[in-house]
Amino acid sequence: MSAVAADRIGRPRITPRGVLGEVFAGYLPLVAATLIVALPLLWMILSSFKPPGDIVTQDLVVLPTQWTTNAYQTASAQVDFPRLFLNSAIITIVGAAIKLVLALTTAYALVFVQFPFKKVIFAGILVALMVPAQVSLIPNYTLIAGLGGVNTYWGIILPGLGTAFGTFLFRQHFLSLPKELLEAAEMDGAGHFTRLLRIVAPVSAPTIATVALVTIVNEWNDYLWPLVVVGRQDMMTLPVGLTLLKNTEGDVSAYPVLMAGAVVVIVPVLILFAFLQRYIVSGLTQGAVR
Amino acid sequence: MEPTLGVESALRAEPLRVPATGSRRRPLWLSRRRRRDFWIFLAFAGPNIGLIIAFCWRPVIQNVQYSLLDWTLGNKKAFFVGLGNYVEFFTGEGGKVLLTTLVFTVATVGGSMVIGLLLALVLNRGIAGTTFARSAVFAPFVLSYVGVGLVWMFIFDPTFGVLSIILKHLGAAVPQWFTDPSLSLAMICIVFVWKNLGYCAVIYLAGLQSIPSDVLEAAAIDGAGRWRRFWRISFPLLSPTTFFLLVTTMLSSLQAFDLIRIMTPLSPGTLTLMYDVYVQAFGGYNRAGYSSALATILFVILMVVTLLQMRFIERRVHYA
Repeated sequence: MSAVAADRIGRPRITPRGVLGEVFAGYLPLVAATLIVALPLLWMILSSFKPPGDIVTQDLVVLPTQWTTNAYQTASAQVDFPRLFLNSAIITIVGAAIKLVLALTTAYALVFVQFPFKKVIFAGILVALMVPAQVSLIPNYTLIAGLGGVNTYWGIILPGLGTAFGTFLFRQHFLSLPKELLEAAEMDGAGHFTRLLRIVAPVSAPTIATVALVTIVNEWNDYLWPLVVVGRQDMMTLPVGLTLLKNTEGDVSAYPVLMAGAVVVIVPVLILFAFLQRYIVSGLTQGAVR
Repeated sequence: MEPTLGVESALRAEPLRVPATGSRRRPLWLSRRRRRDFWIFLAFAGPNIGLIIAFCWRPVIQNVQYSLLDWTLGNKKAFFVGLGNYVEFFTGEGGKVLLTTLVFTVATVGGSMVIGLLLALVLNRGIAGTTFARSAVFAPFVLSYVGVGLVWMFIFDPTFGVLSIILKHLGAAVPQWFTDPSLSLAMICIVFVWKNLGYCAVIYLAGLQSIPSDVLEAAAIDGAGRWRRFWRISFPLLSPTTFFLLVTTMLSSLQAFDLIRIMTPLSPGTLTLMYDVYVQAFGGYNRAGYSSALATILFVILMVVTLLQMRFIERRVHYA
C-alpha cells in the first residue's frame, strides 16, 4: 500500500540516485534497526550455551567453543527453575483468565445494559490506568499483608485483577457492533448472559485474542508487585527469581547462568509474539493504554 | 460519583425502593427491564469496579493519609508529622531525584520518539522486508524488563561485556557504565529506548499511512522535495500522533522501575522518583510514610500527564 504511494510520489524509479537512495535511506537503516534489536537477543541465547571459559576472556567469542547446557543446570541448582516457571505459569493463566472474564462482562454491561451514570463509571475505571504499581505499593502491601496474602498465589494475583485495559478495548469493539445483532436475540427472549455468551463473544473473537495475549504477556512480565509480596523462594515468579540468580552471582563466570535465566523468561514471550504478533501489536497500539 | 460508591451500598439501597412503587405507572427507571438491568449491571461490572476501587482508588487516597505519618513499615505505631515528609523531600534529596527523573524522561521519550519516527519513515517506503523489520523492532516492547536488563547488563559489563571487548579491540577507552553515575543513567536510557522505539515506530507508521497520498503528490508536482514535503506536510499532519506518543511514552517512562532495579540498583545516578518510592519502603529503610509521600508526588505527576492526554483524545476526535 505504502509502496504504491511512495512510487507515485517519487521520481522515475530506476535512476542511479534512486537506487542509492533506496539503499542508504531504505535497506541500510532497515537492516541496521533489525540487527540492533536482534543481536542482543541472539547474544543472550548464544551466551547461555557457552562454557565459562568463553566468557572470561578478552577475545570476542561469538559461537560457543563447546555447546553446553551447564548454565541451565547451574541456574536450576541455584534456584528451582521448574518451580518458578510453574508459579509464573499459574499466576499468568489464572490472573489473565479472570481479567479476561471481568473485562468482557464489564464492557458488556457498560455498552448493552441500562444503568445510570455509565460514562462516569467508565471514567472511574480508566483512572486505574493512571495508578501504576509504584503508586499503590504500600497501601496494597499493608492490605494484602494484613489479610495474610504474603507468599501466596492469591496475594500476588488479587491486587492486579481490576482491569481497565481490557474493558477499554472491549468497550471500543462492542460500540462498533450493529445494534440489530442484539435486538434480534432480545426478541427471541435471550437474556443478557446468553447474549454475551452466544452472540457478542463469538463475534469478538479477535478482540478476545488481543486482550488475552496482551494480558498474558503483562502478567508474565510483572515484576514489582510479586517482588514486594513474595519473600519465599518457592513462591517466586520467574522475574523475581531471576533477581535471586543475580544476587547469588559470585563471579562473572555466572553470566551464562544469568543468560540462561533471561532465556527462560524471554523466549516463551518471543515465541508467542512470533506466532500471534498480529493480535498483540493491534492491542498494544490501539488507544495504547496499558 | 454516586455509582462508584460500591456494590454493597447499591445493593442495600435497591430493596427499599421497590415496595414504594406500587402503582402501575412507574417512573421509567423502575420499569421491569430497567430493574433487571440494574442487577445485571452490578453482577457483570460490579466485581471489576470493586477491585479497582479496592486496589487503585483506595491506595491513592490512603497514600495521602500515610504520607502525613512518620511510620516504619510493619510498625504498629506511627507519628503524625503533617507535611514533614514532603518538606524533607523537597529540601533534601528531592531536587536531585526530580532532576534525574526529568533527565531520564526527556532522554527516553525524546530518544524513542525521534528514532521511532525515523524508523517509521524508512518502514513507510514499503521496500522488501518491511513487514519482518516492523515485527522485529516491535518485539522488545513485549519482553520482560528483567530479562532485557540482564542481557544488557552482560553486554555493558566493563570487563567481559561484548561492547567493552569490541571497544578494546578498536583501541577505545571502556566507559565505566556501572560506577560512573551519569554513565549509569545514560546506560539505562539506552536500554529503555531500545525497548520502546519499536512501539513509537509502529504508531508513527500508522500515522504516516493515514496521510492522504494525493496531498503529498500535489506537493511533489508543485516541486516540493522530500525534505520539504516531510516538514511542511507529513510532520504537521502527524502532530496528533506525536502528542499521543509523547504522553504514552512519558507515562511508561515515569513507571520505569524494573530496569533500574536490575541493572543499577545502587547507583545514585539512576535514583529516579519511581525507583525511590520502592527504595524508601522496601529497600532497607522501611520508611513507609516518606515513601507514600513520594508515591503521592508521582501520582500527581502521572495525573497531570494523563489529563493532558484526555484533552488530546478529545482533540483527536474533532480532528478525524
